[in-house]
Amino acid sequence: MASLIMCPRWVRYLALVGLISALPPLIGNYWTHVLAYIGIYIMLGIGLNVVVGFAGLLDLGYVAFYAIGAYGYALLASPQFCIHVPFWVMIPVCVAMASLGGALLGIPVLRMRGDYLAIVTLGFGEIIRIVLNNLDSVTNGPKGVLRIDPPSIGPFEFTTPTHYYYLILAGCLVSVFIARRLNDSRVGRAWIAMREDEDAASLMGIDVVKYKLMAFAIGASFAGVGGIIFAARQGSIFPDDFSLMVSINVLCLIIIGGMGSIPGVILGALVLIGIPEVLRAVSLYRMLAFGALLVIMMIFRPMGFIPSSRRRLELGRQE
Amino acid sequence: MSHVPSPEVIADQVINGLTIGGIYALIALGYTLVYGILFMINFAHGEIFMFGSFAGFFILLQLAESGFAATNVVLSVVAALLGAMLVSSVLGVILERVAYRPLRRAPRLAPLISAIGASIFLQNVMMLLVKARMQIYPDVFPEGAIGLGPVSISYFQVFIILGSVAMMAGLYLFIKRTRTGKAMRAVAEDKDTAALMGIDVDRIIVTTFVVGSALAAVAGVMVGMYYTQINHMMGFLPGIKAFTAAVLGGIGNVAGAMLGGYVLGLAEALGVLVLPAQYKDVIAFSLLVIILVFRPRGILGEVVSERA
Repeated sequence: MASLIMCPRWVRYLALVGLISALPPLIGNYWTHVLAYIGIYIMLGIGLNVVVGFAGLLDLGYVAFYAIGAYGYALLASPQFCIHVPFWVMIPVCVAMASLGGALLGIPVLRMRGDYLAIVTLGFGEIIRIVLNNLDSVTNGPKGVLRIDPPSIGPFEFTTPTHYYYLILAGCLVSVFIARRLNDSRVGRAWIAMREDEDAASLMGIDVVKYKLMAFAIGASFAGVGGIIFAARQGSIFPDDFSLMVSINVLCLIIIGGMGSIPGVILGALVLIGIPEVLRAVSLYRMLAFGALLVIMMIFRPMGFIPSSRRRLELGRQE
Repeated sequence: MSHVPSPEVIADQVINGLTIGGIYALIALGYTLVYGILFMINFAHGEIFMFGSFAGFFILLQLAESGFAATNVVLSVVAALLGAMLVSSVLGVILERVAYRPLRRAPRLAPLISAIGASIFLQNVMMLLVKARMQIYPDVFPEGAIGLGPVSISYFQVFIILGSVAMMAGLYLFIKRTRTGKAMRAVAEDKDTAALMGIDVDRIIVTTFVVGSALAAVAGVMVGMYYTQINHMMGFLPGIKAFTAAVLGGIGNVAGAMLGGYVLGLAEALGVLVLPAQYKDVIAFSLLVIILVFRPRGILGEVVSERA
């Protein structure tokens, strides 16, 4: 047993991934489906973590980029316009569209701080949803886009929950990898500096504008990928799938799991998305508990359950 | 583009705009008062508005069912208003004590998220209370309208317009003429110095919440009576729009909140003459983005002191 724990880190990670990969046949279709759904939220959480946790920009309209990714794919790979661009081609396209959306959002809000930023991004997210709901000629409005193409490799089509499970697992691994690299990079350090004190950071020569836009764009791209996978998996999407609650859910899971830390995001997703699935019977009280949990967490443990060590220092001690 | 609307239609919409503008103004005042003192957006203010509306509903329901309301319209409405103000004020005080006071010295993110959490919590409390069913305000107000030249203003609209103006006038006098009002202004300007001057800052903060919540409650009852349908989510959109109004006029600025409310109301009412009706809400959000990008100080300018 001791030798297992003393193993080099990469071996432990490999074992963990192997364990996760082996789950689907053991847990059955329903739980595979649930885990895959959690996986999408992990990707969203990692992306929003870049914006909120790394760069410190409170984005309440994150769902907009999710929607861009999803509708981008849905409109170009379904009977809606009779265009059927392959899934794998659409991945970079959706990433690009979402990133562009992120950068565009970032531009007008560059000078805003804290509360204002939150409200404006919230407004932006709502505008996107309203537009999606009302632009009937393009998006089919509330009737949604149906019969979206599943991804396929040659003759093999992704149809069962297990197929999507592995697709999402791959997506999560890539996301975690990218996020870790960002955290340890020059960009990541610039973000941390910006988050802690924007003025001081810019005095130290950090181009705040560039890094803010990068944060929005990169964060958005994760949501774009999440969106395209969501659209493909669901087979049909509706504007109501992209409500403010999604943004708040993702924010919740970051905050409760631990801001700025990737294990925190994963824990948050497992807890906040997984547990309600387990407790379907009491889903009525889920949102009530959400709200209360947010308040309680902010008062007693604002850094979340598994914060990054830096965050614990930042938010732990208060006057 | 559609044809230019006739003057009567425009005038009608102006009246509508003034009506809804008054309501936005009342709610916006709550945001601006709290922001001026605590530098935080009371995200749950929309829910205080919603609770006020429901409180008024339950009171009016009792009065209507017992037949009292049929013969004593004015008294019933006053009772509903007072009851709503009481409920909302208590709620505001509890909110401040539980969700905001412990976070006074925390980084800005924490109270904002706490406010979001409180907002969600309150929405769901109401949802569970009324089993997610929308409620319908009892019909106690007399029908009818008065003609004013080419336009007709319904009694409802008169009530709302005059009522909101009356509340705002009352608030203005309160802030300008009373000792508590003066204390509120002092705390808004410089909390620490005010404390040094012997003002009980905590008590003033509670008073601010009480006042803001009471105004929101009045707005809630008015909205309930005007639109008749109320549901547990009704606070969300007006909350954001009222916040937009507060920012429009200049956050922290009491006169600004009133002005912002009317500007937003008119913009919406006149906007539906040119835009498809479903995009009405986009007007408010777009105005918010525009004002924050181009003139974040608002029309009348911010009245918040620099923090440190």
